[in-house]
Amino acid sequence: MLEWRRRREPSKAMLYLSPLIAIGLTMLTGMLVFGAIGYDGLRAVTAIFITPLIEPQRWADLGVKAAPLIMIALGLAIGFRANVWNIGAEGQYVMGAIAGTGVALLTHDMTGWWILPAMALAGILGGAAYAAVPALLKVRLQVSEILTSLMLTYVAVQFLYYLVRGPWKDPDGFNFPQTKMFSGSQTLPAVAEGSLVHVGVPLAILLALIAWFVLSKTVAGYAVRVVGRAPAAARHGGFDANRVTWAVLLTGGGLAGLAGLLEAAGPFGQLTPQFPVGYGFTAIIVAFLGRLSPVGIVFGALVLAVTYVGGEIAQSTVRLPSAATGMFQALLLFFLLATDVLVRWRLAWKARPAKVAP
Amino acid sequence: MSTIITRRTLLAGAAATSVLPLTGARAQAPFGVGFVYVGPVGDHGWTWTHDQGRKAVEAAYGNKVKTSFIENVAEGPDAARAIRQLAQAGDKLIFTTSFGFMNPTIQVAKQFPKVFFEHATGYQRAENVATYNARFYEGRAVIGTIAGHMSKSGQAGYIASFPIPEVVMGINAFHLAAKKVNPNFKTKVIWASTWYDPAKEADAAKALIDQGCDIITQHTDSAAALQAAEQRGVYAFGQASDMKAFAPKAHLSAIVDDWSGYYVKRVKEAMDGSWKSGDVWGGIKDGMVKLAPYNDAVSPAARAAADELQKGIVSGTIHPFTGELKDQKGTLRLKAGETATDEVLSKMDWYVDGVQA
Repeated sequence: MLEWRRRREPSKAMLYLSPLIAIGLTMLTGMLVFGAIGYDGLRAVTAIFITPLIEPQRWADLGVKAAPLIMIALGLAIGFRANVWNIGAEGQYVMGAIAGTGVALLTHDMTGWWILPAMALAGILGGAAYAAVPALLKVRLQVSEILTSLMLTYVAVQFLYYLVRGPWKDPDGFNFPQTKMFSGSQTLPAVAEGSLVHVGVPLAILLALIAWFVLSKTVAGYAVRVVGRAPAAARHGGFDANRVTWAVLLTGGGLAGLAGLLEAAGPFGQLTPQFPVGYGFTAIIVAFLGRLSPVGIVFGALVLAVTYVGGEIAQSTVRLPSAATGMFQALLLFFLLATDVLVRWRLAWKARPAKVAP
Repeated sequence: MSTIITRRTLLAGAAATSVLPLTGARAQAPFGVGFVYVGPVGDHGWTWTHDQGRKAVEAAYGNKVKTSFIENVAEGPDAARAIRQLAQAGDKLIFTTSFGFMNPTIQVAKQFPKVFFEHATGYQRAENVATYNARFYEGRAVIGTIAGHMSKSGQAGYIASFPIPEVVMGINAFHLAAKKVNPNFKTKVIWASTWYDPAKEADAAKALIDQGCDIITQHTDSAAALQAAEQRGVYAFGQASDMKAFAPKAHLSAIVDDWSGYYVKRVKEAMDGSWKSGDVWGGIKDGMVKLAPYNDAVSPAARAAADELQKGIVSGTIHPFTGELKDQKGTLRLKAGETATDEVLSKMDWYVDGVQA
């Protein structure tokens, strides 16, 4: 008989293996489930998980889809490590886009290299300011940031709806709820002529490297980890938990805001009511899939991007329903949480009960 | 003399042998036709009617075509990716069936100059991008006529999505037709701010019924409002497809979209090389807009009036927007006897008197 045994120490190997096991189990389960309801299960799973990786023309799509997930997940992971649970990155993402778009609309008739950096700065500040609300409530009044950040997401989305239908509505847009299209000086340049990949994609990788450096090589990164893992020890060590709360929420909000602005000034080129697509929530899966480590997050974001892009391939080739994408993402999170048990526990054969001496 | 085989000739030879079977396959390869849908296909409503059109294409050309679709595509950059994916997969004609796919369609069309694109309900065209739409306002006028006859309270509730010209002209067409029957008719509008949200649509229907409306009509896609009407014992109309199954008693009729004829025709043109960009706006006459069979509850007078209006629209003797027409503020929009041009219709942002929007 098998039984669970607690490990003396969390397994390092399992920490990194469990996401791979989860991905494997997701593919296997998906194959069986879709096979059982009459699809070609193997082709479905291949279309979703393999095709996007082996077709070079899909790589640009993967990068564009992964970039905002990487940026948001980095900010979330820094917070999660410090035990600060910012669930409202989606709202900060929207607010960053709104702040940056405000700059875009003010500078619509101007040209110049400074416009995009100004929009990006506004995006960072917008997202950070929006994350300051849960930070203030948490530090001053001990209100759970899980609730406040989540609920503020809906406020941000309604604010966006108000702006694109009211004061920011494109006067030449036939009354459609959308802002003007951004001008050339306000749109992200592509990394190469004619490529879909905008400069936000390499920027996301660069930010991941910076985050890795800060978290593992600086005192600030150490403070975040200590406050998260051992609050009492942190107090003795002279680390101020409130300051860490402020810092991680502002960083997380700023990164989400920057991601929002880059999405608005990149693929969208304007704000519309369809702007919030749930990156802020998907990034939570990405952060955990990447083990809250910046390098892991880059891979985690890639896996999620593969499921989005592959989900569409599976629709047009295997005729899988669109809900399949969501199902695979949910399976992934489910198996990830389940296989995490292996980090602290291991399976072992049950020792035979000792024979009772006659 | 020995032949020196260089790497180049070897490569060329390899290329030639590998090309041969490919071209052979290409000659027989079915013509790829792709569709991008904004909602799930489901079994009723907007996207379902487009999918019926896709099936009509398959039925018409059998093995000569291969259709594929991507459903539930968000309006925005995700749409560009979905459209691009179909083009890269080899589809030669791609239908994008929601207004919000306009910019992405134009953008992808630039990258694939040899692929033809058809965008529903938009206003931007290109050499390889055509637009098409249906004159739903003609159907709105017919159901408005029925509503004028069948409403006891003289008040209809209208669940609308977004105040874009398409929706505004539908509201006006419905109201003008109902007012012709009952000069005191009122049309109350609730903006659901969505194309598809059953819970919101049902809430809007209930609120309108509470305000005294005994006819419900909608410019949103679910059958929830019809179900609410059925429960509360008032009348309603289906949207985009026959929705009688959801509300056998309440469902008076429905505006039915039929894209089959257009899709079959355009696929043929794309296959034989005669496809050209353009803008098609078809109505009842072209078979793009149809009315679902009337409910038994529809009175003989209402039937007669509705049929007469349909005949008049088909023969061209009646236009749902005929002056003299004033908007809510009293501004003269159409002079006596004047009919609205397509340009006036496609930019409509005013409501006729008696609409409470």
